[in-house]
Amino acid sequence: MSGVRVLVGTRKGAFILTADGKRERWNVSGPHFAGWEIYHMKGSPADPNRLYASQTSGWFGQVIQRSCDGGKTWETPGGGMTKTADGMPAGESNKFVYDTSPETGKPLTTHQFYDGTQHPWEFKRVWHLEPSLTDPDTVYAGIEDAALFRTSDGGKTWQELAGLRGHGTGPKWQPGAGGMCLHTILLDPTNARRMYVAISAAGAFRSDDGGKTWKPINRGLRSQYIPDPTAEVGHCVHRIALHRSRPGVLFMQKHWDVMRSDDAGDSWHEISGNLPTDFGFVIDVHAHEPETVYVIPIKSDSEHYVPDGKLRVYRSRKGGNEWEALAKGLPQQDCYVNVLRDAMAVDSLDKCGVYFGTSGGQVYMSADAGDSWTPIVRDLPAVLSVEVQTLR
Amino acid sequence: MIRVVLPPHLRTLAHVRDEVQLEIGSPVTRASILDALEARYPMLRGTIRDHVTLERRPFLRFFACERDLTHESPDTPLPAAVVEGAEPFFVLGAIAGG
Repeated sequence: MSGVRVLVGTRKGAFILTADGKRERWNVSGPHFAGWEIYHMKGSPADPNRLYASQTSGWFGQVIQRSCDGGKTWETPGGGMTKTADGMPAGESNKFVYDTSPETGKPLTTHQFYDGTQHPWEFKRVWHLEPSLTDPDTVYAGIEDAALFRTSDGGKTWQELAGLRGHGTGPKWQPGAGGMCLHTILLDPTNARRMYVAISAAGAFRSDDGGKTWKPINRGLRSQYIPDPTAEVGHCVHRIALHRSRPGVLFMQKHWDVMRSDDAGDSWHEISGNLPTDFGFVIDVHAHEPETVYVIPIKSDSEHYVPDGKLRVYRSRKGGNEWEALAKGLPQQDCYVNVLRDAMAVDSLDKCGVYFGTSGGQVYMSADAGDSWTPIVRDLPAVLSVEVQTLR
Repeated sequence: MIRVVLPPHLRTLAHVRDEVQLEIGSPVTRASILDALEARYPMLRGTIRDHVTLERRPFLRFFACERDLTHESPDTPLPAAVVEGAEPFFVLGAIAGG
């Protein structure tokens, strides 16, 4: 029996929505971690019952939570009464410290602040957790201020992959409105050594050696809000997506412009086409059709709600440029919600399911690849992230 | 026995329902209380003070005996009533909306 599990992170806790393969009747579990911001939750492709959650608070900082039973129970890895070999208490699951060691790290540089002055790197929170495709104990974490960390012990300890922050362009990175966050981590399913990350506002980066060394991949991006619109870094990339059958083709929603790369990010070209606005946050790819792409246009700049009071998903079946509005079942008047960058996902059931969550607390789903939509829940706290697990 | 009262979110995180009781040698200070608290409840490390610098997180405060001890040195001996267990040591979240 197949089914789906939807992991929803909100401003005030986590929710888990489950249904069988028909996706008609939903069970809602939560709030988990009530009162905390859950920036992201994601399950391990290697063990679907292994879930990780990023739990944060302005008062109490960062906590990493882990579940080994599909979200029924949770623990802070290493947070129990265990001790290390030298007798010190363990429990470093929420310890994210930039690597400054001369052997593996780089001296901490500064990065650009909003006003263009240099500013020290400061850890704030984990934006995104990306479990390994093959090992349930290995997870990558994208953090603010932007850096990439990895655990290989199920979240007990985290180490920075310092080659990204330290490769040389760091002093030119700057925060976007949401902070200077590493929000996208894509693992190439055909090449274990290749991975992509994206940072607001620095751009996209690729590693071909498992995260040891990195290079910017922003050629073709054009951003009028930086002094040199075609600079090597400084672009406010909002989200990147790929289809697992064709991982060298990337789709990007940038702060203005929807972009595509056919050469693993070496070059990009615009595919915004007939979209009502080329600003937005989410972008995702159909589970079975690598040329079918979804975006949700949002009004810029500080308005950040859907245009004309109408919530519409746009779908291109041609890999961009030609987009159709999908509105059946979505509110078409007096709607002023936003959909944040980690808040769209697809399942891989026979008829691809598409899911997204809004700042108004709705989680919508389509069981027919976007042709029609229905709300699973309407009144959650503001949604920060949506991930979907297809259970078989 | 030193009595420590945690804010509700940290009690949930540490899986404790009421105040925490800790055995601490003298001198009893804020630093020694937090050391003992984090040793017993490792999941609280990083939530009250920074992992590395041990600086207090900005939105947290410390009270005892109806006094605000937030800005005292972490190594200042605490009042006798706290040391004797007559009064608890409070860790509080600063009042703020959201």
